[in-house]
Amino acid sequence: MPKITYIDASGTERVVEAKNGMTVMETAIKHNIPGIDADCGGACACATCHVYVDGAFTDKVGKPSAMEQSMLDFAENVKENSRLSCQIKVRDDLDGLKVTTPESQH
Amino acid sequence: MSAAAQRVVIIGAGQAGGQTAYSLRQAGFAGTITLIGDEPAPPYQRPPLSKAYFKGEMDAERLFLKPLEYYAEHQVDLITGKAATAIDLAAKQVRLDDGETLAWDRLVIATGARPRRLSVEGADLRNIAELRTLADVDHLKKVAMPGARLVVVGAGYIGLEAAAVGVQLGLKVTVLEAMPQVLSRVAGPEIGAFYTHIHREAGTDIRLGARLEAFEGIGQVTGVRIQGGEIIPADLVLVGVGVLPNLELALEAGLVCGNGIVVDADMRTSDPDVFAAGDVAWRPLSHYGREGRLESVHNAIEGGKIVAAAIMGLPAPVLDVPWFWSDQFDLKLQTAGLWTGADETLVRGDPQSRAFAVFYLKEGRVIAVDAVNSAPEYIVGKKLVASQARVAPGELVDKSISMKDIGARALG
Repeated sequence: MPKITYIDASGTERVVEAKNGMTVMETAIKHNIPGIDADCGGACACATCHVYVDGAFTDKVGKPSAMEQSMLDFAENVKENSRLSCQIKVRDDLDGLKVTTPESQH
Repeated sequence: MSAAAQRVVIIGAGQAGGQTAYSLRQAGFAGTITLIGDEPAPPYQRPPLSKAYFKGEMDAERLFLKPLEYYAEHQVDLITGKAATAIDLAAKQVRLDDGETLAWDRLVIATGARPRRLSVEGADLRNIAELRTLADVDHLKKVAMPGARLVVVGAGYIGLEAAAVGVQLGLKVTVLEAMPQVLSRVAGPEIGAFYTHIHREAGTDIRLGARLEAFEGIGQVTGVRIQGGEIIPADLVLVGVGVLPNLELALEAGLVCGNGIVVDADMRTSDPDVFAAGDVAWRPLSHYGREGRLESVHNAIEGGKIVAAAIMGLPAPVLDVPWFWSDQFDLKLQTAGLWTGADETLVRGDPQSRAFAVFYLKEGRVIAVDAVNSAPEYIVGKKLVASQARVAPGELVDKSISMKDIGARALG
């Protein structure tokens, strides 16, 4: 099972085992990872599951869809490597993925 | 208000009740939290019930707001499958249906709402379903076999989302709506006309202005009779004609209620130690200078956060503009604000392109936006509603000006 590391805004790392097919957001919820609110539950409707993808994985994770990009365009503190974690599905080749959560989702 | 808040009891383990517990623990509440739900499942998301879960794309566990371990790890005493039957405000106790009584220092009523039932002939026949709980959808899924004839009564969000899934599952779907447009309670005629077209294109028979007279059948429903005498054959009927707030416990306890449990900006009821949140709460709508009841995820989450802050004596969170969404086929409808009272409607983009937005204005200010596959319109629209800024109507409908620019100009 792929491992994902969640790093919070203060730098604390939490490593969890993820299941293929679940999203990075769902994996966080399942493991009580703080810093991801996911108000809409993964419908790409609220932009409260914003994460920064570690540089080594940005290509593998891929680019956001047009809808996700639009949501990100208007989120707070967006960077080049911003993604909505509800739109990233866990796969074997994402083993070792590191994402950092922003200070606030609102 | 009494001083000590050592024991919090939350009646209702839906999104609002769950959020209250999570926010209390997140804020460092050190007392006991008891969360009581009458369904067997722990708090879960309801929106996917009429969408991905009905379609079979999601299992139940993926709906849970927190994994089961959360409740033990965070000392939230989750009682499922039991209903509260009475609240004693003087003794500060809640009675459960198994006779147990629980004492509280602060009580939170998050009992939600229940589907409104139709009082027509035949309403108790088998295979007349409603869609509110996991159990409801599990039942629907058993009957919704390809080829089956589904009649949906009521073209609100729930009815239309279920109709969309029904068609995708291979059912023959008819939607009956008493009003002359679909989504009439939540959106304007432009959105109504668009969704009518989309569903008809997908093969659904949408009947507007159709008045239901009776359900036909012996034991099990076989048809729906509408005014004029026509009987529409049905193997399965889904009734989605709105909800009623579950406020009986509060009423019997003597709390002030209207079309919901009346609360102030802190979600506090007429008893200072009792709060209400979620679908059941009649709350101030700060962006609109009036009160109302909202049925949405946003309202449930925000209400839970406000209650937790009030119990902890912390400042209330910044209030969000009400927001909603609906997924039907490949279309995402995102709504910000409440459109009631609009005196002007502006359409941005071409509905034919399946990506457009409708802005609702009152006295030159945007009070709501319905955005179909148009996230920028939704997000900037929401900011416009929050700021109550004036916008130039010509700019809003001009697609050559980006929403980013419109937002920047209006919001300064």
